[in-house]
Amino acid sequence: MMTNPQQRITQGQFSFLPPLTDAQITAQIEFALRQGWAVSVEYTDDPHPRNTYWEMYGNPMFDLKDPAGILMEINACRRTFPQHYIRVMAFDSSRGWETPRMSYLVNRPDKEPGFRTVRMETEGRSIRYTTERLRSGD
Amino acid sequence: MDTTPPPPTIDLAAILRDTQVQEVLDGLDRELVGLAPVKRRIREIAAFLVVTRARQSLGIEAQAPSLHMSFTGNPGTGKTTVAMRMAEMLHRLGYVRKGHVVSVTRDDLVGQYIGHTAPKTKEVLKKAMGGVLFIDEAYYLYRPENERDYGQEAIEILLQVMENHRDDLVVILAGYRDRMATFFQSNPGMSSRIAHHIEFPDYTPDELLAITRSMVAHQNYHLDDEAMATMREYIAHRITQPHFANARSMRNALDRARLRQANRLFEAAMIGATTDAEALKTITAADIRASRVFTQGNATEDQ
Repeated sequence: MMTNPQQRITQGQFSFLPPLTDAQITAQIEFALRQGWAVSVEYTDDPHPRNTYWEMYGNPMFDLKDPAGILMEINACRRTFPQHYIRVMAFDSSRGWETPRMSYLVNRPDKEPGFRTVRMETEGRSIRYTTERLRSGD
Repeated sequence: MDTTPPPPTIDLAAILRDTQVQEVLDGLDRELVGLAPVKRRIREIAAFLVVTRARQSLGIEAQAPSLHMSFTGNPGTGKTTVAMRMAEMLHRLGYVRKGHVVSVTRDDLVGQYIGHTAPKTKEVLKKAMGGVLFIDEAYYLYRPENERDYGQEAIEILLQVMENHRDDLVVILAGYRDRMATFFQSNPGMSSRIAHHIEFPDYTPDELLAITRSMVAHQNYHLDDEAMATMREYIAHRITQPHFANARSMRNALDRARLRQANRLFEAAMIGATTDAEALKTITAADIRASRVFTQGNATEDQ
């Protein structure tokens, strides 16, 4: 992983910045809605970089005009999972993209143990590396 | 503060001008026939909102006013149309951010099984945020004959959002007057959260004729003098019959008259008549006269 002075997990957009305020999140959602993207809220307790599919908090929200509704969902998700990672995704359904166009964290647990690299010696002299998640107690 | 500045003044006319609310109000006057009490109430609300805005800008008023409304009246009296105008007005005055109208009925809010209602209602509410949620025939939400009806759950969620997200959306409940009255009686919480009750009167025959005339003009048709007289007669008959839905009945009558006109022209063409632009535009008395409203005492033509 990259040098990370804050010792925090960096995934998606804005993750090297201080946590976004609600007003900033609203502005980002406003942007996504203006592009016509469907915004959804997801959470996980396993932020491993290879863990692509997080749990969905409700359905993706289509046909919304205003960020207030999404912020309501984000806050509901924060109340339900205060010690989980929560991210907001904006999905672009237009042809040729059909993929998330935005993704950023809006909630982190108080303690973020992070990851470490594990070396494993295998056949011959080769070494394999894997990223292992640290538990809070480690 | 020791040095008191001169008391700040505020130009209400400037607010009115900047927000271009007058345009909406004028449009309402110009394009909607009749409805005098409704227009008066909307003017009052507009004035109240402008004043509240001024008070807020001077720091006298802290709280956002409650703007939820109920529109009661018979079918076809322009409730939906007025709701659209209301949304535009609120948007221009800055009380809703986007100004769109989400129009729903019971089916869009209430689920079919346990646990289905809350997500459904919330989804609709999320869509309506930043605009106006127009609930047509709102009294259907409450079914007293079935105590396990999921409508009650939708009402509770609605109440909560109406209270907590007052500056995010405006809810307008619409329906027939007497049934809405029962609805409010059995849901006092709903009634007390609605600031403006607006009643839509029925149209008079003259107003209905004026509405028909503007609909005809709008669709690039034209009623000749005789047809106009027949239309007046038609309205007099139609009003007394069941299922009369004011302007909507007029639109339906007009649609059927267009159908008959098309049929008449087609049949004439089959026997060799030529058709010109004027004929394509004109609806004659015969097209209207053929309506069942004239032949049957109790015809229920548009159900």
